[in-house]
Amino acid sequence: MDSKELIARRVAQELKEGYVVNLGIGLPTMIPRFLPADIEITLQSENGFLGLGPLIGEPQPGVVNAGGQPCGLIPGAAIFDSATSFALIRGGHVDVTVLGGLQVDQDGNLANWMVPGKMVPGMGGAMDLVTGAKKVIVAMEHTTKDGESRLMQHCALPLTAKARVSMVVTELGVFGISHGEFILLEHAPNVTVDEIKAKTSAPLLVADGLKPMALDC
Amino acid sequence: MTVRKLIEWDEVGTLFADGMTIMFGGFMGVGTPEGLVSVLLEKGINKLTLIGNDTAFPNVGVGRLVSEGRARKVIVSHIGTNPLTGKKMIAGELEVELVPQGTLAEQIRCGGAGLGGVLTPTGVGTIVEDGKTKMVVNGREYLVELPMRADIALLKAKRADKAGNLVYERAARNFNPLMAFAADLVIAEVEELVEVGEIDPDMVMTPAALVDKIVLSRGA
Repeated sequence: MDSKELIARRVAQELKEGYVVNLGIGLPTMIPRFLPADIEITLQSENGFLGLGPLIGEPQPGVVNAGGQPCGLIPGAAIFDSATSFALIRGGHVDVTVLGGLQVDQDGNLANWMVPGKMVPGMGGAMDLVTGAKKVIVAMEHTTKDGESRLMQHCALPLTAKARVSMVVTELGVFGISHGEFILLEHAPNVTVDEIKAKTSAPLLVADGLKPMALDC
Repeated sequence: MTVRKLIEWDEVGTLFADGMTIMFGGFMGVGTPEGLVSVLLEKGINKLTLIGNDTAFPNVGVGRLVSEGRARKVIVSHIGTNPLTGKKMIAGELEVELVPQGTLAEQIRCGGAGLGGVLTPTGVGTIVEDGKTKMVVNGREYLVELPMRADIALLKAKRADKAGNLVYERAARNFNPLMAFAADLVIAEVEELVEVGEIDPDMVMTPAALVDKIVLSRGA
């Protein structure tokens, strides 16, 4: 199992029956395929609908996801304008959003929308999602290509939102954030606590009930 | 409902001028009136300020205006799918104002709804708050975001009746219904035109009273 699949499988365990969920572009879009069979969720798409589904058959006019790619609508889907879409998001009607991240810090701050001078794609809907969703989970690889920790004491990059992230899932483990501290809740298979600490640039508390990552589904 | 709103394509070009502020519906081009964008290109309209969700792709939607250097400024939430926007921004040829998508929607809604602005928590504690008024309501911090309006709104609809009642198709709706309120002149490019009364009043998404001009999509 590659690290992206590991992360997607673990995040899928966080989604409960009946949840309204918004998944960011990239890794988070892998999550639905790892949902337990008895769990039904509703996916929200910020371009204006509830009931996002996989593309089945030919692309239909106007049916695209928030990445602009052809997608499907499940039976019972609902379409609306952008103000309504973001009223859902900002107004706390989305139970969970799962987004990728560049950096997350121990205060729950997230940076995932720009690297000054290098990458300035714009925030799109990310700032509203991170501000308004009831629970924000960041799903990302633990380190950069150069091996630098993405879990930090203080984000160095421009923030997406302040103090909104409560959980981070990486290929090394599951981390809670509470009262200004990262707490290691679960470790990935065959990964030691020392290894995780060595690859994390922020102080790390280890939960009393530390356990292996829950991946069954 | 007897005002003539349906116009021909050669009349469309007379409605545009250099330096205008133009809102356009669409999300990565889906819901953008491509025919109206083409007229802006053909007529050589320049120095535009464009307001919409994103700059689409270099050959799609308003991305085409950016590619041809017709925009002076864009106010959008995302430019990542159009590398030319970033290139022109870095070269100093294009001003880019990035706005969180939900804030942009609300600013346009305010502009059309007679509101003086909106308080949003989005952007608090980020660079988005720079230069903006902050207010604390019930202990929570908000940014004051001001209304946005345009000279012209360019909409794309699936269907219109001859009075101008509009129906959008699927996720091509996005910003279109909001912009219909927020511009001095509202032009809708539509795929189908039906008689007044053929659209069930319950199904109307943008009321005719907001729409000034209708043009039938070429090749539709």
